[in-house]
Amino acid sequence: MNALRKLFTFNGGVKPATNKAESSRDPIVRLDQLPLPPQFVVPLHQSVGGIPQPLVTAGERVLKGQRIGGSDGNFSSAIHAPTSGTVIAVEPRVMAHTSGLTMLSVVIEPDGKDEWVEIQPLDWRSMDANAVRDWLRDAGVVGLGGAVFPSHMKLMAGRKTPMKTLVINGAECEPFITCDDLLMRERADKIIAGIRIMRELLGAPEVLIGIEDNKPEAIATMTAACTANADATIQTIAVPTRYPAGGAKQLIRVLTGIEVPHGQRSTDYGVQCFNVGTAYAIHEAIDLGHPLISRMVTIAGNVGQPRNYEVLFGTPMDFIVRQAGWKDDTNAFIMGGPMMGFRMPAFDVPVIKATNCIIAASPRLFAPPPPEMPCIRCGECARACPTDLQPFEMYWHSRAKNFGKVQEYNLFDCIECGCCSYVCPSHIPLVDYYRFSKTEIWARERQKNAADEARVRFEQRNERAEREKREKAEKLAARTAAARAASAAPAATTADSPTAPEAPAPTPAGDDGKKALIEAAIARAKAKKAEAAGTEGEAPVVEKPVRKVLSEEEKKALIDAALERAKTKKQAAAEKPVTEE
Amino acid sequence: MLSALLVMAGLAILIGAALGFAALKFKVEGDPLVDKIDAILPQTQCGQCGFPGCKPYATAMANGEADINCCPPGGEDGIRKLADLLGREFKPLNAENGVEKPKSVAFIDEQTCIGCTLCLQACPVDAISGAAKQMHTIIAPLCTGCELCLAPCPVDCITMKPVEETVDTWKWRYPAFQLKPVAARTAA
Ligand code: SF4
Ligand code: SF4
Ligand code: SF4
Ligand code: SF4
Repeated sequence: MNALRKLFTFNGGVKPATNKAESSRDPIVRLDQLPLPPQFVVPLHQSVGGIPQPLVTAGERVLKGQRIGGSDGNFSSAIHAPTSGTVIAVEPRVMAHTSGLTMLSVVIEPDGKDEWVEIQPLDWRSMDANAVRDWLRDAGVVGLGGAVFPSHMKLMAGRKTPMKTLVINGAECEPFITCDDLLMRERADKIIAGIRIMRELLGAPEVLIGIEDNKPEAIATMTAACTANADATIQTIAVPTRYPAGGAKQLIRVLTGIEVPHGQRSTDYGVQCFNVGTAYAIHEAIDLGHPLISRMVTIAGNVGQPRNYEVLFGTPMDFIVRQAGWKDDTNAFIMGGPMMGFRMPAFDVPVIKATNCIIAASPRLFAPPPPEMPCIRCGECARACPTDLQPFEMYWHSRAKNFGKVQEYNLFDCIECGCCSYVCPSHIPLVDYYRFSKTEIWARERQKNAADEARVRFEQRNERAEREKREKAEKLAARTAAARAASAAPAATTADSPTAPEAPAPTPAGDDGKKALIEAAIARAKAKKAEAAGTEGEAPVVEKPVRKVLSEEEKKALIDAALERAKTKKQAAAEKPVTEE
Repeated sequence: MLSALLVMAGLAILIGAALGFAALKFKVEGDPLVDKIDAILPQTQCGQCGFPGCKPYATAMANGEADINCCPPGGEDGIRKLADLLGREFKPLNAENGVEKPKSVAFIDEQTCIGCTLCLQACPVDAISGAAKQMHTIIAPLCTGCELCLAPCPVDCITMKPVEETVDTWKWRYPAFQLKPVAARTAA
């Protein structure tokens, strides 16, 4: 049936050296064949979406598979303990991220017993689809192809268009990486079991498993598993080897001929795409009840024996690379492949859900890039781009920080595949420019949203103040006048601020009992603060009561007073807070 | 010929009607220039520009009563955008208005707070929650970092903390460093 199928092609693409042979020679090293690392560092935020809340505290004993990070709302995914042991800290640790920034992590010291929490499979056939999705969310299942998008969010039947085709991505086009290849060779039936759950949740009549034709063993085992499954609607299809055939839109194009236009999603065309590793994880989570605590990782590059390992999340990268044979001239780790991967900030960052491959880099293996030359507008990059973009235009505008223009050239359709950089005769690190532009645009977007919200809140507050003023206008006409006079007076007195703390005494309106109460509280707090802060806190405390009395004068004049102060006394206002930092 | 004229005339009437309708339907509230300026201002509402909020400063600028370099939170970037929009010359930030600082949010020392509600009343964007005699807290995502709550606090328990970068807000650096080796070589 394979031969009958007409395949399509995508434009562009490149054929880099695959470097896959070394790591795919030997079978996957299973979890039970590996020692436990001395310590696990499990970052709480490993997927797209919200940050899970820690559910454990330091000193607590955890069991293998116990949930340690609860999903925050729906657009997020849970995190679990990789083994049994003691939580020694819940603190920020350096994350497997190029930035070298930290992320709240649960540090676990294993007790060596590897004792499972109570687990049970889910009888998904008799369950409501939403309950199955919630189960997957709580089992921490995310896309393992690299995008780590929470799977339960993607397993929704199409809103606008009914789901037609479920595409399973076994193309694995990136050089060096062989973890999906080995998974398909060794655990094909389990992948099929996962696929059956997924197609049920999606309601997709047809399933197409796309595998690049440089993986004949994987194609053979997957085809055999399909045959054994006796379901003609699940088919394995060999696709031509050309990077990036494993990009979701590219694989969909090749298998179905559907070309998803710029800025749209494949689901609008009734197609959804998942990685084979995700299918396997879904089977594990539902049919066995095992939450996602490990994945297949290819260890390649500058190591003694490149190979695939099943690795628990939170394992330090250097621990697992040492299993494959450490070489002393290793100078960095790259997470992911050489085309799309990211340089790690340290050797001991943890393996996370997105880690499909760790390449040990050395100066010998990856020579420093030749110097960047000016763009000659040769158009090579545009011919290589698999998403039909104009890379050099995006480059020019990114370079000029002209972000509006970059977006007009569909920057956000760029999958950062690196084909353009690969072919560029001027060795321009094009993708670095796109990454710079993307994060810069996101930051501006965030800033703009925050400003918009602030504007609305400021206006609402002003309206409220206006309304309150109006309502009280008649009643308080006289007092308002007094307040105006009073708020002008304090502005004058603030200028000579070195007034003694006795200043509260000359308060003009010393009538309220309330005021006395506040003063008592201030005195208490002052004492407490002086006690706590020692010498450091004294100067401002002496100075403060003056200002307090002045602004306390009339409650409703406070807003005006604050703004007034900012206006007329901005030096005084700036002076104080600045010196504090 | 006549029919062509008629068609053109008919079209003109139709388009005129459509434009008239659109002018009514999509009528812009307020002064569009003020809104355009206001969209550039950072909405910190700190008053450092000498106006009680961003909108009043925007209005003053639109009326030509204020200079474009008076908003420290907007920084150089903001001044450049204002210069572009208003067709004026770029000039550096007026030091009298303050200096550009990294974005910070206010933080209340909950041990010291006496619940006097003074900061709450000073906050221009309602970013502080709390009731009388209860401990007050800053709702950090709403705080614009305007520092207006610092001065009114009688027990001096509010401090400004710079917003830290996280993995989610981290930005890729401008790749210009790649050019350095070339520049060095040509210079040598
Ligand atoms: S391949 Fe490089 S030199 Fe050629 S047009 Fe693209 S960016 Fe410019
Ligand atoms: S990195 Fe982006 S622009 Fe470059 S070839 Fe890939 S998709 Fe096209
Ligand atoms: S100085 Fe403050 S109030 Fe004035 S425009 Fe800038 S952010 Fe707004
Ligand atoms: S909490 Fe303080 S610094 Fe933050 S917006 Fe309100 S008044 Fe300004």
